[in-house]
Amino acid sequence: MQHQDLPSDYFPMVIQFIVAVGFIATTMVATHLLGPKRKSKIKLESFECGIESQGNARIPFSIKYFLVAILFVLFDVEVIFMYPWAVNFKELGTTGIAEMFVFMVLLLTGFYYIIKKGALKWE
Amino acid sequence: MSSALIFTTILIIVIFTITLVIAMYSTYGERKVAAFLQDRIGPNRAGPFGILQPMADGVKMFMKEEIIPDMSNKWLFILGPCIAMTTALMTSAVIPWGNSLSIGGESYSLQVTDVNIGILYIFGVVSIGVYGIMIGGWASNNKYSLMGALRASSQMISYEVAMGLAIIALVMMTGTLSVKEIAAQQSGGNWNVIYQPLGFIIFLVCAFAECNRTPFDLPECETELVGGYHTEYSSMKLGFYLFAEYINMFISSAVISTLYFGGYNMPFIARFISDPNLLTLLGTAFLFAKILFFIFFFMWIRWTIPRFRYDQLMNLGWKGLIPLSIANIFITALIMWLTGKVS
Repeated sequence: MQHQDLPSDYFPMVIQFIVAVGFIATTMVATHLLGPKRKSKIKLESFECGIESQGNARIPFSIKYFLVAILFVLFDVEVIFMYPWAVNFKELGTTGIAEMFVFMVLLLTGFYYIIKKGALKWE
Repeated sequence: MSSALIFTTILIIVIFTITLVIAMYSTYGERKVAAFLQDRIGPNRAGPFGILQPMADGVKMFMKEEIIPDMSNKWLFILGPCIAMTTALMTSAVIPWGNSLSIGGESYSLQVTDVNIGILYIFGVVSIGVYGIMIGGWASNNKYSLMGALRASSQMISYEVAMGLAIIALVMMTGTLSVKEIAAQQSGGNWNVIYQPLGFIIFLVCAFAECNRTPFDLPECETELVGGYHTEYSSMKLGFYLFAEYINMFISSAVISTLYFGGYNMPFIARFISDPNLLTLLGTAFLFAKILFFIFFFMWIRWTIPRFRYDQLMNLGWKGLIPLSIANIFITALIMWLTGKVS
């Protein structure tokens, strides 16, 4: 039997989402109502190993994390681009393989450049 | 149509309950496995063999005081664990838990929905999970939380690339993105792990990193960062983060069993049993046996291997797994071409 792909296939996901959000909302409200509320100024300070906290956490952080995020965006787009090719791999034949190999060699050249540039070097 | 919809709703609620129970008992299982591996007894006070321990923990989480630090962004602080939990609970929609059951002449599939982009759906939902950790860690306005959240998101996105590439080699063989079809193609012991051993290993390592499990649990490594991104969390909000981790572990075990280990297919059993409903239920039981084995495997690794250093983690992800998975795609393509699988 050939399975037909319809937009209504996605409807159960909506039900699942409603169930999940309902469960989470109920739990959050219940724990809010059930727990004791004994607040004090020191209790509400942010934790810093028991010493007085210095400033806040809106501080600059290492640029490496940002670089990794940018590289992730680049590579993940490439990966998503490969999915349609992979699904149709058997039908596309030898030409498909050759084309994708060219693409991947270009991708690997860029990857090699990134590594040689030291973008992924953590000391 | 409407009876199918009712069945789907019941199925969603049943799977939901099973997920929560398995996640709860994974916490108990983890402590028992840890105790076993370290030659201790483990929890044994609440009920016989301590099996009521998860209940006690759950009630404790409910009854604890909620602390929202003064310096934090209140709404984002609450939103973080909610996102983490929602994404953990959404992934199970496309996993085929079994073949179809026939009730009253109609057949119902034991899968919430069979969309033709199942694998992409899993990836999409898993990516949103990063937001839960990032938002929670940032909103806490605590330096440990910020560092933990940065490490977690950096690690998760790095390993997601390798994971995506590992799956491509599998998709090339199966020619479909529907999880149900991939499971069906592996009937009769024709498991994908036989053809994709390298892809399986890459996927497994990435699954460990995605779930923030040891040896890749740097986001919450207690010796450096107190509790990582959930340092400031208490009561059920902390519970949601911990719960989400165990649910993710369960779901990744289910995905690994379905993609690489034949899913609900039970080899040879069809010869002995003719009743299709019984066969379906046995298949589901077989799938759950595989899932439980992989959950045990996750725990086994946790208590065996020490934690990576951050630069080692990044090197393994970017310089180890990504080139390996690209090589895997090349090898798969060449072998399929040489054996004449390509038209």
